[in-house]
Amino acid sequence: MSTDRIVKTVLLHAPISRVWRALSDSTEFGSWFGMKFNAPFAPGAIMRGVIVPTTVDAEVAKSQKPYEGIPFDIVIDRMEPEKLLSFRWHPGAIDPNIDYAAEPTTLVVFELQETAEGVLLTLTESGFDQIPLARRARAFQSNEGGWTAQMRLISQYLHNAQ
Amino acid sequence: MRSSSPKTAHLFAALGDETRLRLVSRLCGAGPMSIARLTEGTKITRQAIAKHLRVMERSGLVHGRRQGRETLWQLEQRRLEEASHYLDIVSKQWDAALLRLRKFVED
Repeated sequence: MSTDRIVKTVLLHAPISRVWRALSDSTEFGSWFGMKFNAPFAPGAIMRGVIVPTTVDAEVAKSQKPYEGIPFDIVIDRMEPEKLLSFRWHPGAIDPNIDYAAEPTTLVVFELQETAEGVLLTLTESGFDQIPLARRARAFQSNEGGWTAQMRLISQYLHNAQ
Repeated sequence: MRSSSPKTAHLFAALGDETRLRLVSRLCGAGPMSIARLTEGTKITRQAIAKHLRVMERSGLVHGRRQGRETLWQLEQRRLEEASHYLDIVSKQWDAALLRLRKFVED
């Protein structure tokens, strides 16, 4: 498995225009992802978003609640209607005391492909090899859903086992 | 949905419970233990502990070894190492986000 990228594919049973709107409309993107943006997406735009619990899943919304209002910047890269949306961000950059601006970003790409069964969506996030290890550990700890406690247990265990 | 590591998602589900986290913690700190010892000092019944251990065993997080009349439970270090892998976490977040997207566009 590559340490630099994550690739996911999902088949969506919806018209491609519907999928494109869910991705390219900043309000729609925000409602499933769990963020609120102050402007529409446009290529090259620096988007200031804040974490807002998702409206799609009550369980996930609960885990996002502690992070509500935390600002999160993404820079839109390319927008090709019903084909591709890409942006750059700092993964897991939710500590308000850290200035992430100077740190490397990862590139998130959504690619759409129409098939007989529906829309095949491929998500690729790449550039993790450039992210400093210390930041990876932090992103890891600051994760939603009580990961801090879980990771503390795991690291404690791994430490004890050595 | 295809995922780069479906087993990891399963593992996270096994960890996503307070009682099970406590069991991980106790097994971390004190090594292999019988259900009787894991139950000591808790308000949880042996049956409940046994049920949690079975969930954790199915995801490969712990395994039981017979010793005489009792079974000693211990953690699987390899599985925990996998869980502590950064990309797995990000990967899991994307799985969850894409499920939300699917729900959003298919509803």
